[in-house]
Amino acid sequence: MAKGMLIIGAGECGGRAALALRDLGYDGPVTLVGDEPHLPYERPPLSKDALAGDAPVIKAIASEEILAERSIRHIHSVQAAAIDRAAHVVRLSDGSALPYDKLLLATGSLPRRLPMPGLGPRCVYLRTFNDALAIRAHLSPGNRIAIVGGGFIGLELAAAARRLGAVVTVIEAQPRILMRGVPAEIAKIIHQMHEAEGVNILCGDAIAAIAADGAEVRIALAGGQDIVADLVVIGIGAVPVTGLAAEAGLTIDNGIAVDAELRTSDPDIFAAGDCCSFPLAVYGGRRVRLEAWRNAQEQGALAASNMLGAGEAHSAVPWFWSDQYGLTLQISGLSDEGSKVVRRDLDDGAFILFHLAQDGRLVAASGIGPGNSVAREIRLAEMLIAKRAKPAAEALGSQTIKLKSLLAA
Amino acid sequence: MSDWVEACGADDIDEEDVMRFDHDGRTFAIYRSPDDEYFATDGLCTHEKVHLADGLVMDDIIECPKHNGRFNYKTGAARGAPVCVNLRTYPVKRDAGKILIQIG
Repeated sequence: MAKGMLIIGAGECGGRAALALRDLGYDGPVTLVGDEPHLPYERPPLSKDALAGDAPVIKAIASEEILAERSIRHIHSVQAAAIDRAAHVVRLSDGSALPYDKLLLATGSLPRRLPMPGLGPRCVYLRTFNDALAIRAHLSPGNRIAIVGGGFIGLELAAAARRLGAVVTVIEAQPRILMRGVPAEIAKIIHQMHEAEGVNILCGDAIAAIAADGAEVRIALAGGQDIVADLVVIGIGAVPVTGLAAEAGLTIDNGIAVDAELRTSDPDIFAAGDCCSFPLAVYGGRRVRLEAWRNAQEQGALAASNMLGAGEAHSAVPWFWSDQYGLTLQISGLSDEGSKVVRRDLDDGAFILFHLAQDGRLVAASGIGPGNSVAREIRLAEMLIAKRAKPAAEALGSQTIKLKSLLAA
Repeated sequence: MSDWVEACGADDIDEEDVMRFDHDGRTFAIYRSPDDEYFATDGLCTHEKVHLADGLVMDDIIECPKHNGRFNYKTGAARGAPVCVNLRTYPVKRDAGKILIQIG
């Protein structure tokens, strides 16, 4: 009898993989193990819409009914403790053991911890729905929220906190917000938007000390300023969850190292989503690790397919988005692959920056604008990037030439 | 139940493109296919209520601008994650250069 497909990690990636196994017609046992008490759910709303209402709600990827109907066994609130590769068994924290034919590690990432003493219960991180609930309780008019880190989590949270009337300070050690992966021209617009909405953004200043002071937290900056807050949220990046894989002797390289088919150094174990590093075909096999919703989804589906023997290589172009106030940012590709930028203006102040490599190849596109004004052009750019196209810079920059026409060329 | 409503002119939409149409508190998306036929669906994605008219039309597929959920706009069928609920479609006719939809 088949031991079945076992998935460790019941987030976007693991959840999608389980559904994909059924979509692909697999009829053996499918087991999804998660350490949270909830159904598999979407994380992007946690720093956005989930905070907007009075009572955050979970956006489940699959309901109890769908899981039951599709015979997906969901084991929640437990951790995977060890993989016995020889026996093809995973031992769980509750003492039970689950056999597998193929195993998928979709263990995700966890917030990078701020390596400082003095962090009390009012210094928190955002990763899970329960984290979001705890933060939401502090977002009220006049309450002082300090956010450490001017990345996406921090800035989206700042926008949500402002909407609810909180007093918000963002502390970023780098000279500007969104240093990683976002062009300065776009980061500047986001910075200005936050300031216009009343967020105090402090860049280029390090934290010298943090101390709990009664119900308050006092942050001393190296530049001499003191920030007093009722809640401190730390959003300084994420680290892949690799402990289980490392202890099982799998190769680790900035995440669980997988090949183009998302297979680890053990042919019966796959890894996908935030926890893995993989060769990105569109940039000549450059090894990357992505922390993005769509990547988690796509790799979950691809891993499912390859667990069933499809032998399909990863070929997608990275893509992510961020919503802050009424603005949406979308980026496809990795802009650090580019050496030249061409700007294309759209209606309503929206614009796209096309990033071209030395040889003229389009390698990334970054867009910002109100609502979904940049979505279509970014999607077309993504297709051009996937085709390794070398569109003329003049055509990219011209509003009158449709991007779709470049795709056909 | 013959409540046909004029949505736009036939030339208002390019081939293989989409346009938003609001009527009586409701929102729709009107499509012109690459082979010059017209179709109509509900205007909002079934995943997170985003206007589909900001999305990209490729052949008979409309892709949501937010999370790339895909639908066949001719049938309303959901075509892959994250969307799983189909879109409602509406009859469309072309009359004297106008596009009309039966919103029922």
